[in-house]
Amino acid sequence: MCPEKRRLRNDILLIAVIFAVALIGFLVFKSTMKTGDYVTVSIDGVEKYRYSLSENIQTDIITGENTNRLVIDGGKAYITEADCPDKICVGHRGISKTGETIVCLPHKVVVAVVSGEDEADIIA
Amino acid sequence: MRSMKTQTKRLTFLGIAVAIALVLSYIEMLLPPIWSAVPGIKAGLPNIVIILVLYGLSLKDAAAVSLVRLALVTLLFGNAMTLLYSLAGAVLSLGIMAILKKINSFSVVGVSIAGAVFHNLGQIIVAIIIMQTKEIGYYMIVLAFSGTIAGIFVGLLGGILLKYFKRLKL
Repeated sequence: MCPEKRRLRNDILLIAVIFAVALIGFLVFKSTMKTGDYVTVSIDGVEKYRYSLSENIQTDIITGENTNRLVIDGGKAYITEADCPDKICVGHRGISKTGETIVCLPHKVVVAVVSGEDEADIIA
Repeated sequence: MRSMKTQTKRLTFLGIAVAIALVLSYIEMLLPPIWSAVPGIKAGLPNIVIILVLYGLSLKDAAAVSLVRLALVTLLFGNAMTLLYSLAGAVLSLGIMAILKKINSFSVVGVSIAGAVFHNLGQIIVAIIIMQTKEIGYYMIVLAFSGTIAGIFVGLLGGILLKYFKRLKL
């Protein structure tokens, strides 16, 4: 086989391997997901608050001068307002399954869904 | 005398390469996010320049262009935090590209794909460490696909440019 053909074959193989690994990751992710009971709010890696997903609430997560508004409505958690520059957290869809997160990188805020049973370890 | 001239040409080209990479970084920043739910999806335009220098000149030159671009982007648009993310992405990306180029089993496109995916991987690893949240790793599933697609385009563009670049005889 000439080198060009061999390289093209290897390129396609590489793409296939990357897609396969991502697909396996996705399936593992899907299979471990179940509807969660609580959302935890972590700031700078430390869990600060915990809210039940069964109650509808609206609260402001204040980190220094920064604010993210957390809303729990109909069993899903959203960030509806934030004064961060990118607003990625606001654009994120509502989360309700264990392991799902909304991350606000500029404010170091992570909202994560957890189940009731396993407190410390969310997903092994 | 001749080597001196070559040296000057080379240095000038590296300066232009940094400038182009910087402009491409800026253009990429102006593009709207493709999917706001997953941060980090991008085309990786500056990697066109890095690939060109890596293949056309040397790994040392590519590393120099990459680091100078990084320093300028951080000074102009970023902060210490964004530097950490960019640095991890740049080092892992160039590292894997240099290794794959060396073993000579992949085309420019394959090398570019690996570079793109490892750039995302570096940033995700830093995010997991900084945020202390391993769930961020799930973003990598989406980024593996977007990185591969971006890598194909960047690799194809880099390959085309490389043909013209070789005529420069630096």
